[in-house]
Amino acid sequence: MKETYEFNKEDLAEIEKIKAKYPDKKSPVMPVLWLAQEKFGHVEPAVQHLVAETLDIPAAHVYGVVSFYTQYYGERKGKFVFDVCTTLTCQLCGGYDILHHLENKLGIKAGETTEDGMFSIQSVECLGACGYAPMMQITNGVYCNNLTTEKVDSIVDGLKSGKMPEFEQIPFPQHQDEPKNSEG
Amino acid sequence: MAVDWRNFEPLLIPKIPNLHKIEVFEKHDGYKQLAKVLKEYTPEKVVDEVKAANIRGRGGAGFNAGLKWSFMPKPDGKPRYIAANGDESEPGTFKDRQIFEYNPHLFIEGATIAGFAMHIDAVYVYIRGEYKAWIDMMQKAIDDAYAKGYLGKNIMGSGYDMDMYVHSGAGAYICGEESSLMESLEGKRGYPRVKPPFPAQKGLWGRPTTINNIETLANVPLVIKNGADWYKAIGAESHPGPVLYGISGHVNKPGVYEYPTGMSINDLIYEVCGGMRGGKKVKAVIPGGSSTPPLRGDALEGVCMDADSLRTAGSMMGTAGMIIMDEDTDMVDVLWRISHFYHHESCGQCTPCRDGTGFLEKTLIKIRDGHGEMRDLDLLLDLCTQMEGRTICALADAAAWPVRYTVTRFREDFEKRVKNTVYALA
Repeated sequence: MKETYEFNKEDLAEIEKIKAKYPDKKSPVMPVLWLAQEKFGHVEPAVQHLVAETLDIPAAHVYGVVSFYTQYYGERKGKFVFDVCTTLTCQLCGGYDILHHLENKLGIKAGETTEDGMFSIQSVECLGACGYAPMMQITNGVYCNNLTTEKVDSIVDGLKSGKMPEFEQIPFPQHQDEPKNSEG
Repeated sequence: MAVDWRNFEPLLIPKIPNLHKIEVFEKHDGYKQLAKVLKEYTPEKVVDEVKAANIRGRGGAGFNAGLKWSFMPKPDGKPRYIAANGDESEPGTFKDRQIFEYNPHLFIEGATIAGFAMHIDAVYVYIRGEYKAWIDMMQKAIDDAYAKGYLGKNIMGSGYDMDMYVHSGAGAYICGEESSLMESLEGKRGYPRVKPPFPAQKGLWGRPTTINNIETLANVPLVIKNGADWYKAIGAESHPGPVLYGISGHVNKPGVYEYPTGMSINDLIYEVCGGMRGGKKVKAVIPGGSSTPPLRGDALEGVCMDADSLRTAGSMMGTAGMIIMDEDTDMVDVLWRISHFYHHESCGQCTPCRDGTGFLEKTLIKIRDGHGEMRDLDLLLDLCTQMEGRTICALADAAAWPVRYTVTRFREDFEKRVKNTVYALA
């Protein structure tokens, strides 16, 4: 069974807006891939061809871009993708414990997807949240900071009932406690 | 020399609620500096003022921003660009996102002033793709600035036109390197370019381009408001200004803190971050992102966070993303993880980097798993020598430095893990 993909009128209008930001026709490929991935959930070769045709550039170029950047899903992933950071600070603060907990809980290893297609786990490089380690990102979207195994459990359970965690605003520390640090 | 940080009030991210909203920003002197520049300054005067302030690039290299601007050729009527670097992918770095979240308009104002100074047509704000939430915040701020006439055609009635666009990355450390960032903006794989030609001669789409870090550009309105002399009096003499320290690891209160440059590392750990978790001793400090050489915990006395002090101590300021490790940290494990990162992120263009990062990681796995030999330590250092300075961009150096300095400065950790294959002659 081969699925066909196409952009609707609104998508094409959005793509025209994107194209207007760049002076040549190759440059919009990254934002258009983002748009396609948001719409279809992945950018498998059939989608890459659609992007190539829409922008009138070679499909090989689109494939080259998709395979270079880790956030483009060149093959299908689960509905929710857990990107668990394990780089340096997260490593120091227990990122691997979180990863292994998640692996045990879902019964899959990093790089795999559960049979029901709900969850994928990936061990990823630094996501730029080092002060709030260990952390993970869900499907290129929300950041979950200061993870504990309990917090991971509640996030997974929440997602099973369709509840995506909300954006956690982390207050700027100097905006908070002024009298506490002024001894001296 | 100690800086007076206790009485310092944040300037880049001041304590004003809802400053990310344009109305609040305007109420607190926002976009007044842009108005002043457009009305009273010539582009040359802006460049001179910023050069005199000696804003040193906050993205890692620490180059004088005004001097970089002065490399742009004379305008010839064709497009010129700024690429604002918010890729922020060096492990340990998470500071620019604070600007996107808490004070995006300061950055927009700074970038527009920079645009006026260099006759720029468009600013592309490159933000790493993982920062989806912050990309949306930045886009909202830009839309608001357009609506109020601070961006777009005829900015504040001055006749100066400039556009600003956000470009989302998609997960590649290398795209923080300036020429790779331009390749990525042009819709290609992020392969760094051979220099020369430098971006000021041939940058985005072959046109003159300046690449500045987000935090660097956010400093510009402060200089215009208060003057270069005021700015130079903040923090360390040769590396002035406020800086966002991103502190992570085994401290009690990790996070991003804004203080003057030149703060002592011990003050940052014990006073600002509330000391080490569990009262443990410091074993190692990486001062500016994972590629900067680590310092020993027992050699931190008097070391300050500015280019000169850190150079004397044997490291670099980098992005001021500090990673603090306590006495229980296994440096072999840490170094393996750093090497794994650079192996994963090497773009693969140059052999010394593509293969070198792999060999470093393999050798470190061997040592980590207890199969290493004493000579492997020398092999690691030899590999570093064969990588440093032999590639198009600095990723190979960034991968080699932590290895070189962790192996030499924490040699006892490594010697404990390898088989002793040096036998005395009978």
